[in-house]
Amino acid sequence: MSEKESLFSKRNIKLLTNPLSIANPITVLVLGICSALAVTAQLKPAVVMSLSVTIVTAFSNLIISLLRNTIPNRIRIIVQLVVVAALVILVDQVLKAFVYDVSKQLSVFVGLIITNCILMGRLEAFALGNKPWPSFLDGIGNGAGYGLILITIAFIRELFGSGSLWGYKLIPESWYIANGGWYSNNGMMILPPMALIIVGVIIWIQRSKKPELIED
Amino acid sequence: MENYLNLFIRSVFLENMVFAYFIGMCSYLAVSKSVKTATGLGIAVVFVQTITVPVNYLLENYLLKEGALKWLGEGYADIDLSFLSFIMFIAVIAAMVQLVEMIVEKFAPALYISLGIFLPLIAVNCAILAGSLFMQQKEFINIGEATVYGVGSGTGWFMAIISIAAIREKLRYSNVPAPLRGLGISFIITGLMGLAFMGFMGIKL
Repeated sequence: MSEKESLFSKRNIKLLTNPLSIANPITVLVLGICSALAVTAQLKPAVVMSLSVTIVTAFSNLIISLLRNTIPNRIRIIVQLVVVAALVILVDQVLKAFVYDVSKQLSVFVGLIITNCILMGRLEAFALGNKPWPSFLDGIGNGAGYGLILITIAFIRELFGSGSLWGYKLIPESWYIANGGWYSNNGMMILPPMALIIVGVIIWIQRSKKPELIED
Repeated sequence: MENYLNLFIRSVFLENMVFAYFIGMCSYLAVSKSVKTATGLGIAVVFVQTITVPVNYLLENYLLKEGALKWLGEGYADIDLSFLSFIMFIAVIAAMVQLVEMIVEKFAPALYISLGIFLPLIAVNCAILAGSLFMQQKEFINIGEATVYGVGSGTGWFMAIISIAAIREKLRYSNVPAPLRGLGISFIITGLMGLAFMGFMGIKL
């Protein structure tokens, strides 16, 4: 029996903080890209999406880690898919009930959390070989890392693309050209391809600061 | 017939899985380092998509949709099982991929070996599940349309991954700044390709 590790020991805290920088799921591990690009036109859907992914990742990590010694190897993927699908159905119904307008905006992307590579990636890489509590923390950490990038992209896109944040207009109306001013919204920011370019720039900045991440 | 052609062209170019909706990006970025592997994966995706979208269409219309169970009897006419769609679709996809894997192993062992791990990985490719979910949203009128959509969306993804693989192969000889090399520049290029594909948007078919 290994020694009891405290709930928030140094190693466990690292599980929470690593995905926020050097082990970020989107910019380093290349996981979870699809939904990161499509839902970031505005801040609100991005925040809802991040919370949903964090909850599903954390709990599916927890459940699979609890079951890890009883799953036969051949049907491993199917068991993972079933657990994840069930959790996503739950989250989807909750979203439809409490934030219906946002869930309509997210449309198929809530369902796509099932195939979100972050979930599968962390289940295979971590939950199948580690205890339940560290797996839960790893899920929360990766969800938070994913959320950090999503919120950054959505912040930039909504601010420069619509002049608002969370639906509240920030740029004064008098500044706009139509009203005699000098400012005009950057229409390109609302287009999905800009999210990709913003992620590319974020990766550029991250790798300049941490040269050990540069690939050759 | 003309309707099918329109649908096909729309799903390959106007509503391209990768450039319009950014779906299937993870394997798109991970496998596009060489054109050979990209081709293999692309063909497998087209194949799986062509099979799973029509099968899920049948499931959706005869089992899951509201009022779908009418054929069992009048008493079942107002049951709505659509909340089960996620689990049913993904189960069908996982089963079909397993089936395709077994068939390919039996009848084309060379192809099976060259595809390696990519074949089972298709089950978790967002593009496959997205194809079925979009099919559910679009409410096609018959299975022919669903099949054409399956072939079209798979082909669109195939086209996208071949293009980026070809570009990345050439990029290795360019002078990209070190922090941008590899992943960063691929993101930016995919973004530019996405912008280019928006040129198709106003086309009326």
